Amino acid sequence: MVGEISDAIIRVRDITVQFGKTRILDGLNLDVKRGEILGFVGPSGAGKSVLTRTIIGLVPKVAGRIEVFGVDLDKASTTERRGVERRWGVLFQQGALFSSLTVRQNIQFPVREYLNLSQRLLDEVMVAKLGMVGLKPEVADRFPSELSGGMVKRVALARALALDPELVFLDEPTSGLDPIGAGDFDELVRTLQRTLGLTVFMVTHDLDSLYTACDRIAVLGNGKIIAAGSIADMQASQHPWLQQYFHGKRARAVMG
Amino acid sequence: MSADPTLERIAQGNGLALCAAGSWTARFAPVLEKMVADAEKLRGSRPNIFIDVSQVSKLDTFGAWLIERLRRSLTDGGIEAKIAGLSANYSSLVDEVRRVKAEPVVQTRSVTITGMLEQIGRSVAGIGGTLVGLIEMLGAVLAAAGHVLIRPRGFRLTSTVHHLEQVCWRAVPIVVLITFLIGCIIAQQGIFHFRQFGADIFVVDMLGVLVLREIGVLLVAIMVAGRSGSAYTAELGSMKMREEIDALRTMGFDPIEVLILPRMLALVMALPILAFLGAMAALYGGGLVAYLYGGVEPEAFLLRLRDAISINHFIVGLIKAPVMAAVIGIVACVEGLAVQGSAESLGQHTTSSVVKGIFLVIVMDGVFAIFFASIGM
Repeated sequence: MVGEISDAIIRVRDITVQFGKTRILDGLNLDVKRGEILGFVGPSGAGKSVLTRTIIGLVPKVAGRIEVFGVDLDKASTTERRGVERRWGVLFQQGALFSSLTVRQNIQFPVREYLNLSQRLLDEVMVAKLGMVGLKPEVADRFPSELSGGMVKRVALARALALDPELVFLDEPTSGLDPIGAGDFDELVRTLQRTLGLTVFMVTHDLDSLYTACDRIAVLGNGKIIAAGSIADMQASQHPWLQQYFHGKRARAVMG
Repeated sequence: MSADPTLERIAQGNGLALCAAGSWTARFAPVLEKMVADAEKLRGSRPNIFIDVSQVSKLDTFGAWLIERLRRSLTDGGIEAKIAGLSANYSSLVDEVRRVKAEPVVQTRSVTITGMLEQIGRSVAGIGGTLVGLIEMLGAVLAAAGHVLIRPRGFRLTSTVHHLEQVCWRAVPIVVLITFLIGCIIAQQGIFHFRQFGADIFVVDMLGVLVLREIGVLLVAIMVAGRSGSAYTAELGSMKMREEIDALRTMGFDPIEVLILPRMLALVMALPILAFLGAMAALYGGGLVAYLYGGVEPEAFLLRLRDAISINHFIVGLIKAPVMAAVIGIVACVEGLAVQGSAESLGQHTTSSVVKGIFLVIVMDGVFAIFFASIGM
């Protein structure tokens, strides 16, 4: 990454993450602009999920600095951190819905914790959120174990959006969905980004998502960002992994 | 950065404008809801009401929904309510909430007396089902054991040894410690009360019979039910939740043979060993207290012990151990396989595994007591 972006919503500087002696991220720099959908790609095991988890504070880092909404997360007090956490939503790879709560309770859980709302408003907004992610209100009283894989992802997205966050992290949102479902999901992310003015940080392997949903793409390799830019920049890149990724058999199939 | 939201009423000819301003966001939702409820009373009061949102500085789903709610209830009154002054940024959000169906589904889970009675009835009927389930599992385990006897290559030695280490070897310290302490307590209480009759030495009789026949094995079985029964249920339950058991089945393995038989065998071997060690620790503890507190010399203790107990007491204790182990194991495995998709279900079944295990162990002990009394052992 070169150059500072003035209105970066996430600013990652010289992040190093190490598990034992293996260095996963090595002095990584990344900026995410307000209002964009950033697609984050890289080989399996390169540390995409680790970076996501480091930014949201689930994985400790050895060195570096992370600013989200202009708040340095290391220096922030607990209250400040809470404030930041309220403004982001996270969609985990497996959904991570609370298995002992119904869909309704899952979506209402963060709202109930942070805000003091009437049950009527909670229920109505829950239905609105379900509608936004393309689900019918009838699923509200089902348990996560009674949902299909695609529905779990949608409900998890609805929960991530429950507090109207400004920033959402999506960890492989379309993995495990059929191509049509995945396409719908990309469309959904696009729509939500427009309606809610979201900034989206999306880890993905899905070439379709990169082409249809993302404004900008960042590529992780060897613990660093090896390239960042538009899809055209990626295709023009001479980096061998990118060459293979964007000009391989599957990429050609996507580009038709 | 966020101004308090307001909803002003401005008369315009025979119409009325409701001017929303400030930030209509989740943070102010309680205030907003009250304002909207007040404004809803205006329904039908004027022929023409519209909602002007041009002054709204910030809008999120909650605010957008409340505006939409206001619009709907004003429209229901027979007059058309319109939203005016919507900025381009927010129009798609408002469009989105407009698509929401009017009535949210209501949770219907009322608690009634009939409902509670029904619940009780179902639980009672469930007891029969539980018993059948236990017998089924016993049959399945025996069938798997028979299968393994015919085809010994199917026996999972590594797994059995692994579980034996978990439920036996690793349980030794805690079992020995607890039974030692119980032995101490029995001896202390015995001496304290027997001393009033000058019958101190009879504490040895009591300790010997109680420990070898009943307490040793019962206490250890209860500990094993709590320690290993719960672990079995949790292991099998989480495997069930992640479809690991289904995976085994599709590969042509019998989960009973692969998962449950080694666990059962390990438990059936472990409990007699632990019961024996526990009985020894309890006798040692009792002897120690008898010496330190009651002044019974170790030689006298041993001599008295030899007179007081026969090999029968010891055998009675040890015969019970594998049967109790089988009961604990079967209950734990049935409960483990009954786990449904949620974490809560895993917790419920682990609890009920321990509770049922301990209950059945005590029932078994009673049955054995009657049986041995009738055959005169």
